Amino acid sequence: MVDLVFADNVLRFRDDDVVSDPAVTVDAFVDAVSGQPNASAVRVEPGDDARALLPHLDRLALVEVNFPAYTDGRGYSAARILREHGYTGELRAVGDVLIDQLSHMRRCGFDAFVPALPISADAAAKAFATWPEVYQKTVDGRTPIWARRHPVA
Amino acid sequence: MYQYDNYDQAMVDARVDEFRDQVKRRLAGELSEDHFRPLRLKNGLYLQLHAYMLRVAIPYGTLNSRQMRALGDIADKYDRGYGHFTTRQNIQYNWIKLDEAPDLLADLAAVEMHAIQTSGNCIRNTTADHFAGAAADELVDPRPYAELLRQWSTFHPEFDYLPRKFKVAIIGSETDRAAMKLHDIGIQLVKNDAGEIGCRFYVGGGMGRTPMIAPVIADFVPPLQMISYLEAALRVYNRYGRRDNKYKARIKILVHEIGADEYRRQVDAEFAHILTLGLEPPPAELERIKGYFANPGFEADLPDNVDLSDPDFALWVDQNVHAHKQPGYAIVTISLKPAGGIPGDASADQIRLMADLARDFALDELRVTHAQNIVLPHVKKADLYTVWQKLDAAGLANANLDLISDIIACPGLDYCSLANARSIPLAQKISERFADIGRQREIGELKLKISGCINACGHHHAGHIGILGVDRKGTENYQLLFGGSEAADTSLGTIIGPGFNEDGIVDAVEKATDVYLAQREDGERFLDTYRRIGVAPFKEAIYG
Repeated sequence: MVDLVFADNVLRFRDDDVVSDPAVTVDAFVDAVSGQPNASAVRVEPGDDARALLPHLDRLALVEVNFPAYTDGRGYSAARILREHGYTGELRAVGDVLIDQLSHMRRCGFDAFVPALPISADAAAKAFATWPEVYQKTVDGRTPIWARRHPVA
Repeated sequence: MYQYDNYDQAMVDARVDEFRDQVKRRLAGELSEDHFRPLRLKNGLYLQLHAYMLRVAIPYGTLNSRQMRALGDIADKYDRGYGHFTTRQNIQYNWIKLDEAPDLLADLAAVEMHAIQTSGNCIRNTTADHFAGAAADELVDPRPYAELLRQWSTFHPEFDYLPRKFKVAIIGSETDRAAMKLHDIGIQLVKNDAGEIGCRFYVGGGMGRTPMIAPVIADFVPPLQMISYLEAALRVYNRYGRRDNKYKARIKILVHEIGADEYRRQVDAEFAHILTLGLEPPPAELERIKGYFANPGFEADLPDNVDLSDPDFALWVDQNVHAHKQPGYAIVTISLKPAGGIPGDASADQIRLMADLARDFALDELRVTHAQNIVLPHVKKADLYTVWQKLDAAGLANANLDLISDIIACPGLDYCSLANARSIPLAQKISERFADIGRQREIGELKLKISGCINACGHHHAGHIGILGVDRKGTENYQLLFGGSEAADTSLGTIIGPGFNEDGIVDAVEKATDVYLAQREDGERFLDTYRRIGVAPFKEAIYG
């Protein structure tokens, strides 16, 4: 696993280069005619259907999921859906991203974070280490407790 | 019953550490109240009218004597010597200091307890049939499934910021003792013709401002796909539940607006995808959990008769004791509804006494019921008289289970910052008016439920008689509803006419019981008579 790094104002669990392409809207991205079919970065708002991106995952390098308010949890589902369908590019949580939500976001597949109110790398590292174990299998590769209890020989 | 292993313990310990850090940051001013609020709520800590209130989770309402004793000790150490058992099978403490809350959570963790997700817009503590593992009519013991659900829902990363709170109840009998169809998700464990167990999912029920009875969304989900189906059901809700209006944000509104068929279609599509991901714990995990709920130590060949020569004891047995699946045993319900008392309240001493009784006479188990009473699930019939005597000495032998004074009431305006009217004093007045137990028994089963505002924490929609407190031009006013039920015949009550003041509502309830007694036919409960004759005779007596 890649360690947490802080580069170009992005907290990341990736060692590739930070994608700096401007992110376009989901509508612009998927509309091959009037939209921007060559874009490689897209920004998902809470009301967007992340499934619209599934046919185009291979040309995406960055998906930004915006959290206008941390209380709106739709972005967690959007992130998991993308990962469950094989998206491996950068998945970045932006907006009202707070320290107490970081570990859950990571569990849902986010590997990059740009909080509106900056969080130090030290504080973030501590937040990511909150849970010694996890009960659910998600998309972060962690072994759930039930699998630890019943290891497959 | 279930016992934590090192993994479970590590999770609650981590939570205590996390919350201690959050409180420290809040007290140091590093966290604003706005940002602290959802964090403390996920630990069950509410800011009420006078103080912080802490809600402790009692998963599926089951606990052992050591845990019950700890709840009593906490009432002494951190509160004013009382605890309040709630309609969600939990316990609340009403006088908590913020800086002491982390220590309280640490005390809970020491006995395998916590306050995780007892509030907030997340999956709340799962509730279940309070007679699980004991009831004579049980088809499938729901507790292993409830424990599987507890672990799955604990710190679920995708569903921690849902549109609104989310409550799941699970039962395994035809008799519904958990108001299952009035939950966001109700799961009924059933058996098919081949004898295989399945989960029947009811989705989109609830009380609150817009009461709805949940429709069946899936008739038979194999138990080893239960978690996957829950993931699908929750994901559709998380993505498409309304977030523009908190009063329309519960899943019942989504299911109602798009229709049960469309909701089912979306869940089925998600379910098919999720089944490919291997999210389900293996069969061995369900078997491991079932092991904890196997025979708790029943003795065979016990005498099955009870000496009923003491008339007061006989009355209590008739009212508060239920049939057990194991010969020689019985299920005891301890009523926390004395005449003039606060429904669901118990003193620290009473809590510890109930713990001792569980340890000595009930195979070390207790249950909290959604009707705010306590169950000793496995009592030898030969010990019933001794148990009753000890309860009686502690003021806990009220023989009024399911009678008119066995009232469900929310905390109301005495504690709650949302309430429009007081609930507790009204419950006290009604239970005093009907204090004569002979009269109560003559009236028979009558479930009376009081809410102090339209959020319906006191389940007024589901009362045979429901009372809703409202604010009418600055004074407390009480509306009267008839015809609700939370049982297998689930129905929602209807407001019968103009509201009353506090004394007026007590009189109206009394008149309603008079009409019932005059009109009932053989074997009819109040609810049955009301359903048969309709509201007119009641209105005439009450308003005429």
